[in-house]
Amino acid sequence: MCGIIGVIDRARKRMDGTGIRSALAEMDERGSGEGAGYAVYGAFPELKDYYAIHVFFDDLHETKPRVEEELSKWGVIEHDEAVPTYEQPSLRKIHIPWRFFFRPDPHLMPRSITPEDDVVMHVVMKVNTTIPGALIFASGKNVAVFKASGWPEEVADFYRIQDYKGYLWMGHNRYPTNTPGWWGGAHPFNLLNWSVVHNGEITSYGTNRRYIESYGYQCTMYTDTEVVAYLFDLLVRRHGLPLETAVRALAPPFWDEIDRMPDQEREIFRAIRLAYGSALMNGPFAIVVANDQSMVGFTDRIKLRPLVYGEKGDRLYISSEEAAIRTMEPDVGEITMPKAGEPIIGRYVA
Amino acid sequence: MVVRIDARGMHYTPLNRAIREAVASGATEIVLDNVMGQRFIADGLRGDVTITIHGVPGGDLGMFMSGPTCIVHGNCEHAPGNTMDAGQIIIHGSAGDAVAHSMRGGKIFVRDNIGYRGGIHMKQYLEKRPILVIGGSARAFLGEYMAGGLILVLGKEDDRPRIDRGIGSGIHGGMIVIRGGIDEENLGVGAMMSELSPGEMSGIEPFVREFSGNFGLDPDTFLNDRYFRVSPASARPFASKYTWEV
Repeated sequence: MCGIIGVIDRARKRMDGTGIRSALAEMDERGSGEGAGYAVYGAFPELKDYYAIHVFFDDLHETKPRVEEELSKWGVIEHDEAVPTYEQPSLRKIHIPWRFFFRPDPHLMPRSITPEDDVVMHVVMKVNTTIPGALIFASGKNVAVFKASGWPEEVADFYRIQDYKGYLWMGHNRYPTNTPGWWGGAHPFNLLNWSVVHNGEITSYGTNRRYIESYGYQCTMYTDTEVVAYLFDLLVRRHGLPLETAVRALAPPFWDEIDRMPDQEREIFRAIRLAYGSALMNGPFAIVVANDQSMVGFTDRIKLRPLVYGEKGDRLYISSEEAAIRTMEPDVGEITMPKAGEPIIGRYVA
Repeated sequence: MVVRIDARGMHYTPLNRAIREAVASGATEIVLDNVMGQRFIADGLRGDVTITIHGVPGGDLGMFMSGPTCIVHGNCEHAPGNTMDAGQIIIHGSAGDAVAHSMRGGKIFVRDNIGYRGGIHMKQYLEKRPILVIGGSARAFLGEYMAGGLILVLGKEDDRPRIDRGIGSGIHGGMIVIRGGIDEENLGVGAMMSELSPGEMSGIEPFVREFSGNFGLDPDTFLNDRYFRVSPASARPFASKYTWEV
């Protein structure tokens, strides 16, 4: 059991972190105080063209130079800084959060159609598998991620998320079940412009992990959600699938439902299931995923976790609980439950 | 005696304590204002009291409740009436997944829609027979593993409710009555469907009238129609799956 929430302002009007903090705190009961986190898009308008590489360091003296060395091999560090934190009575600062604003050299990935992204992905995987005491937990442009082991409101105050503004916020309150709670295991999980918050379990993690690792991704965070971020990156960025199709690949209809579809649709769904059988995610889950163009929420195909959405003006809210949405936006319109496996998508209009 | 409690910003523990204290001091009517996600309201509560809730109560409203009536002006989250023993929950809105989960007695009326797995594992014993009436539609796996009681779906927005799949999957007692019936392919494993006989219909009619009365609707719009029951194909649908009897 975890609590998730996401909000997108389709006109790119920015919100500070106050609202999402109160919404996530409303769902305290869904967590255990061992992990909470937030992601915000549009956080660094002055540095929006640089990849914001977020790192948890165990120490700065030995590991930071090694990360800098790796980054410098592949591009230029424009600016770096400690992520400001503010002491909280019951949150222990286990790691030192740091962020680098990085410009990769596209010439170093000559065969790629998205060379900058591929450079960054390579650096993320390299650092996370070869430099002990350093974990890159976010690497998108204009995206900030704040996470730690603690309750939602403590983590929010530890980073003072009310000081940040963005047009898309996601929040997650963790109740770790199968793997220990730690800072790197807190959500959101981020790679490049993808961020994921997830309630549930990916019981097909083993299959999904083997599949994704055959494409160069490395799982280093000891929890299942990580594969979701990598699957979206693979299916949408690298394979070019539309977002709706990617969701249908991960949470497809049952074969008997496909058999009853009209001809063309049936062929498409059959092809998706056959091509992406190893990407299919089993188990109970409700997920919200964001990138630089949209936010999508969906559940597993038999709906074993809660998810509802509502709208007000340009804003789309998706959450585990109606009360969380209403805490953030009391005047939200009708609250709707999407069908199992059905993607709910908000896209920017501006 | 009427007691009014402003629940704004209140955790469910002090809220439930205040409700219990009010009942203990003789309140017959409690009004909760500004409820927003507080779980476990009226859980395990006994007594002859009506609790009116304004807002969105959190999960497991009225769990193990035995006697009181909860009237909700708003939507409910997951599992209102979880293992409820007696009393009523009347929801002027919709509710989330697993409504009436393992319910063992009393009645739940939902004006609009419910989520997935409504009435999962409802049961009955002797005079205890739980009733769940849904005015709108329900999602998949309605009455999953149902062992007793009655689920009635009226589908007020359409000719009949739009329920996805797996209806009565694993049902081995009780029945699900649906106005207009469902497509055969949406029947769950171990469930069968047949049209309600006039005799059976007269057993349903009081609940349709009670539902309509609760929400100020005209019962005749529901009653002059065909109804179908989904019930167990056998008392032990999975006998051959889990045991090896000859």
